[in-house]
Order: sequence, then C-alpha cells, then structure tokens
Amino acid sequence: MGDVLVWAVWVIAAIGCLGSGIAVISFSNPFFAALALIGNLASLAVLYLLLSAEFVTAAQVLVYAGAVMVMFLFVIAYVGSRADASFGGGPSWQAIAAVVAAGAIVVNIVIAIGVTTGGRLEDEADVGPSFGGPAEVGEVFLTNHLLAFEITSIVLLVAAVGGVILGSERTRKRP
Amino acid sequence: MKGPDVSWYLTLSAFLFAIGVLGVLLRRNPLIVLLSLEIMLNSANLALIGFARHLGDTSGQVFALAVMAVAASEVVVGLGLIVALNRNRIALDVDRLNTLRG
Repeated sequence: MGDVLVWAVWVIAAIGCLGSGIAVISFSNPFFAALALIGNLASLAVLYLLLSAEFVTAAQVLVYAGAVMVMFLFVIAYVGSRADASFGGGPSWQAIAAVVAAGAIVVNIVIAIGVTTGGRLEDEADVGPSFGGPAEVGEVFLTNHLLAFEITSIVLLVAAVGGVILGSERTRKRP
Repeated sequence: MKGPDVSWYLTLSAFLFAIGVLGVLLRRNPLIVLLSLEIMLNSANLALIGFARHLGDTSGQVFALAVMAVAASEVVVGLGLIVALNRNRIALDVDRLNTLRG
C-alpha cells in the first residue's frame, strides 16, 4: 500500500515537473514563464523529499522558489513590457536542429541507463533516518568537502561584486 | 519493490535537461534563456540527489547544494546583464547581441 502511494506521488510530481517545464519554454510572457518555473521547482522539491533529501528540499524551497524567483520576478517587472519576445526566430533549420539535439540527449541518456547499467541500479542502499538531515549534510559539507564550501563562498562573493558593478550607474556612460 | 528506483529519476532528469536545452536553443528572450538554464541545473541536481539516495552517500546532496549556490550566482550576473541592457535601451533579444561576434 505504501509503495502505491509513493508511486502515485512520484507520477504526479513528475507530470507536474515536465508540464511546468514545457510551460516555461512555451509562454511568450516571461512573467508567466517564471511562475511556471516556481511550479517546476516545487515539484522537484517533492521528488527530493521522496529521495529523503530533507535539507536540500528546504534549501530548494527557501533559496530557489523563494529568493531566486523573487529576484527574477522583480527584474521582469522592472523590464516591463519590453521583456515580451516572440517564440522562435532565426531560420527554421535552427529550430529543427535544436529539437534533434534535445532528442539526441534524451535518447543517449535513456540508452545509457537502460542498456549499460542493465538492472544494476535496482537495489538501492539502506539509509538511516538521519540521512539527508541538516546534521549529516552539514557534517559532510564541513569536513570532507570543506574546500568546496570555501570555493562556493568565493564564487558567491565574486557574483555579488559583479552584480553590483553591472547594476551601477557607471554602465550608462557608454554611447 | 519499493517505489521508483534511481533509473526513473535519471530518465526524468534527462527529459528535464532536454526541455532546458530546447528553451536555450529555441527562445530569443534572455529572461527565458536564464529560466531554461535553471531547468537544466535542476535536472542535474535531481540526478545528483537520486544517486546520493541510491548509493546511501550524502556527498551527492552536498554537491547539489553547491550547484544551487552556483545557480544563484549565475542568476545574479545574468539578471545584472539584463538590467544593464534595459538601461542602455538595447533590445532584449539574444540574436541581436552580436557585437562580440568574430
């Protein structure tokens, strides 16, 4: 019974994920596209919960669906109606090549999963109840992956400085 | 059998990545291109967390958190570029941003 429930939640979240993803790339109004991306991130958060990644789920909802998307919506509101753009553009062979490239990626990955792994991915590891909690993630992050943690802070600092420079009034001086 | 195994998550992540690729290649609006980039980064996150659960190793989740920080940085710089474009009255169309073309 519990398996059926997990499958049902997975199917609903996967359909929400793919549907809102298609909605993101098909709306002509970027405001609605950003709202659809919030739905996409929420469905992904449900999938993360199914994978017992509780801390990443909380970070996803807080950082992504909260902070990043609010920034997106703020910029879309600031840019206003100039943000509207037509769907396609460029010669039609570009669109065909884009669809072929995307399809090739899917076929490539699905074949890699289906053929080369050949059922070896079925038995997953047993994990304790603390798996994915803040304590365990924080401990691994601050011991085994301390260098990644520090480099992440430097990346964030550089991005913050770059955002301030790009957004400052000095960029107006160009002709 | 207990719920979907990791190959289901990987297949879903492949389809999400393809949707992001389609968005980046088909759309001309830089805002939508940024949103599609977010979809691609999130599909990679889904694969990372799926493997973390499959192998019982928290390192995948740690890497997903690092990817989130990188995505936030990328959004800051990308949105800064869009605001600068808007301030200089340049059309928001990636096909027309060809000054640096070789």
